[in-house]
Amino acid sequence: MKPTGISPSRRAFLRTALATTPATLVLAQQFFHPSLGLAAAETAPKAYQPAYFTASEWALLMSLVDRLIPADEEGPGALEAGVPEFIDRQMGEPYGYGALWYMQGPFRDAPAELGYQLPFTPRTLYRAALPAFDKAVQARFGKGLVELDEPTRDDAISQLQHGTLTIGILPPLVFFDQLLQNTREGYFCDPVHGGNKDMAAWRMINFPGARADYIDWVEQYGREYPFRPVSVAVTGG
Amino acid sequence: MANRIMPRTDAVIVGFGWTGAIMAKELTEAGLNVVALERGAFRDTYPDGAYPKTLDELTHLQRFKLFQNLAVSSFTFRHGVADQAVPYRQIGAFKPGDGVGGAGLHWSGQHWRVRPEELALRTRYIERYGKAFIPDGMTIQDHGVTYEELEPHFDFAEKVFGTSGQAYRVKGQVVGDGNPFEADRSDHYPLPPQKTPYSAALFMKAAKEVGFHPFLQPSANASEAYTNPYGCQMGPCTFCGFCSGYACYNYSKASPNVNILPALRQLSNFELRTNCNVLRVTLDAAKRRATGVTYVTPKGEVVEQPADLVIVSTFAYNNARLFMLSGIGQQYDPRTGEGTVGKNFTYQTMATIRTFFDVGKNTNPFIGSGGNAVALDDFNGDHYDHGSLGFVGGAPVWCNQAGTKPISGIPVPDGVPAWGKSWKKAVKDSYVNTVSFDVHGTNMAYRDCYLDLDPDYKDQYGQALLRFTFDWKANDIKMSRYITSRALDLAKAMGPKSIQVVQKNFGDHFDTRPYQTTHLAGGTIMGLDRKTSVLNRYLQSWDVHNVFALGSGAFPQGLGYNPTGMVAALAYWAAKAIRNDYLKDPRPLIDA
Ligand SMILES: Cc1cc2nc3c(=O)[nH]c(=O)nc-3n(C[C@H](O)[C@H](O)[C@H](O)COP(=O)(O)OP(=O)(O)OC[C@H]3O[C@@H](n4cnc5c(N)ncnc54)[C@H](O)[C@@H]3O)c2cc1C
Ligand code: SF4
Repeated sequence: MKPTGISPSRRAFLRTALATTPATLVLAQQFFHPSLGLAAAETAPKAYQPAYFTASEWALLMSLVDRLIPADEEGPGALEAGVPEFIDRQMGEPYGYGALWYMQGPFRDAPAELGYQLPFTPRTLYRAALPAFDKAVQARFGKGLVELDEPTRDDAISQLQHGTLTIGILPPLVFFDQLLQNTREGYFCDPVHGGNKDMAAWRMINFPGARADYIDWVEQYGREYPFRPVSVAVTGG
Repeated sequence: MANRIMPRTDAVIVGFGWTGAIMAKELTEAGLNVVALERGAFRDTYPDGAYPKTLDELTHLQRFKLFQNLAVSSFTFRHGVADQAVPYRQIGAFKPGDGVGGAGLHWSGQHWRVRPEELALRTRYIERYGKAFIPDGMTIQDHGVTYEELEPHFDFAEKVFGTSGQAYRVKGQVVGDGNPFEADRSDHYPLPPQKTPYSAALFMKAAKEVGFHPFLQPSANASEAYTNPYGCQMGPCTFCGFCSGYACYNYSKASPNVNILPALRQLSNFELRTNCNVLRVTLDAAKRRATGVTYVTPKGEVVEQPADLVIVSTFAYNNARLFMLSGIGQQYDPRTGEGTVGKNFTYQTMATIRTFFDVGKNTNPFIGSGGNAVALDDFNGDHYDHGSLGFVGGAPVWCNQAGTKPISGIPVPDGVPAWGKSWKKAVKDSYVNTVSFDVHGTNMAYRDCYLDLDPDYKDQYGQALLRFTFDWKANDIKMSRYITSRALDLAKAMGPKSIQVVQKNFGDHFDTRPYQTTHLAGGTIMGLDRKTSVLNRYLQSWDVHNVFALGSGAFPQGLGYNPTGMVAALAYWAAKAIRNDYLKDPRPLIDA
């Protein structure tokens, strides 16, 4: 079977369809909460127009990643880090189209240990899973995810993770794993990919990024590394 | 039918990674005209390892920039002979190389020899423990070559790779604080050992406290500036931490590209052709002699390259696939035990122990060099009594601070959820305060663990994918769990806040998802008897004498150490036989 894609005309339509739905407003308010301590204007996903996700998918994606890595006093949340932007940009890469995976059929059932066996690419997986998930959340909690309070959102995500929330034909865990992996990627990647804004996630854990030369530090046992990180895009500093 | 036939050459080399490059150097030195065909793209320090772009985790470790694109060709896996196999759709357990330098461009650099007793494993266990000690269905064999025969080649390979390390015994004399279980060496490592990062130093101290014999592991990451016997130059490693999976930005990690190719490039009797995917070795009507190879270009052009000598150096299992696609030798059948091609596929039995410390420990695991470690051989090989332990095999144990990057994994203690606030806090507290170490176990060969061609799945060129039939067996899990339990004493001696053990339980199935190692072996195994091996002791095909197959495919079972030191020594050993003997009188070097 050939990987299925989304038609260019539909993509163009979706791109223009992003709007200020109530859901995105809710998220934007959370995002600009003063306790976040970051210059919001610099990092705002608001400024980013998703190229792949529809308005409702985008709102849902933001709502999901916001709980996977929440903002708190320890460091940035997934939204500040630009995780949604990262994921959207990845959908336009060969990766998004499944061009890095072996996607020839037949697609068979197999033990989990033998890995991913579905005909979905990242693009088609998100497209199928996001609405199915939201529908399942509606049915169980009476509202879509973006309208739920934080503990209930966490509960819904937890049910997805543990397979107790069915999302149509898709195995819930496959979608959860894909989402969590992409969220961590967007949180901790080099900022050149659109995530990890301001390298704040790296600064939280004291990862110096692309500094590369530690020869004088190898045997300074137990000393905190004092220099701020550098990106492959923004060297020096 | 070929679209094009190239002029004949003396030797054609299929695959240009470590072993292909070594053989190209040896055969051109012998005066042969050599054409090397590499399926992947041309690669070199510039641009593939250029700073800063190369220090990008997502591109290299999650999007696998330098690895085989599975959309072009992959593999299938099943656990048992009665199961239906499914494709390896995403890179997981192992990371197959592709392009000039092969996996040798983006390996780590842990550069070992071999424990001598592992070369005659079957004989050794039968003599010491009796035939009944070897479990039913375990098909271990002898390599048919001795450590003494290989020693000069181990030595030379270390000089080519610019390996950093501390010898223990040279020509019978103890010379330093190296590995006391190491076999005798004819010379020192060409470079002194690298510096020791904090994790490894903590491991060293704790290992000594519990009575083990830790040492600085040899690494093909240069501790100083170096020029190798081919005139190729290396610069000192800066512990950049972006090593395994990346081309070195700094000419510090040994690779075919840095350590051999610069010398080959200057020769008029050498040609490297990239983007040439070899479809098969072409044989004469009697299937006794190879006439050359057939390859396909990205444009779909099918090209014939006639040659007198064919070197198959396509990495581990790929050699078996090329033998199968070409009709060299007989396919192994697990039901009858007949045939040899595909037999004895093996892997590496890994376990990992992680120790977590309070905030402020600052082990700084972003500092790292791929091959750098403190290791111990107390449980590797057979220098200790296996009689009462009841398993075949062993494992070196090492703390390899190789550079931990945040996406590919920040370990968090057991019980921490995979997401949310508490995950985030655990990541923050753990990243620079963790020490991890590995139990890098052998994997024995079994009658029903083997390779053949998949009946259903094909690559981009329409050729059958290689099918792996493989699962873990009780013997290997027993070995791994025993050694892990001993290594736990060491973990406790480090005094951490908590310890996490990642190991196999009895009954666990092989999992293709999490990365383990890219140390796969067998399928074209070497040996002394053509009925039980594919290659003779000179890595020459028993069936088609002008075909030699290099790489870990020749190992009859999985070694305790990483394979590349052994793979390189065997390539030089085969080259010697070709240069000194075969070329004078092309024939089977061993009478069948
Ligand atoms: C991430 C990683 C880390 C590693 N770390 C270590 C380590 O620390 N220590 C260690 O000992 N080993 C390590 N290894 C293993 C090491 O890389 C291999 O043992 C070594 O490269 C084997 O050499 P080779 O010549 O057999 O294969 P390779 O170096 O892989 O070369 C084989 C070449 O053949 C080409 N090829 C395959 N099929 C065809 C075809 N049909 N036509 C044309 N060309 C073809 C491939 O594209 C490839 O370039 C590591 C491997 C990986 C992936
Ligand atoms: S750790 Fe050293 S050898 Fe490895 S890539 Fe970095 S500089 Fe090169």
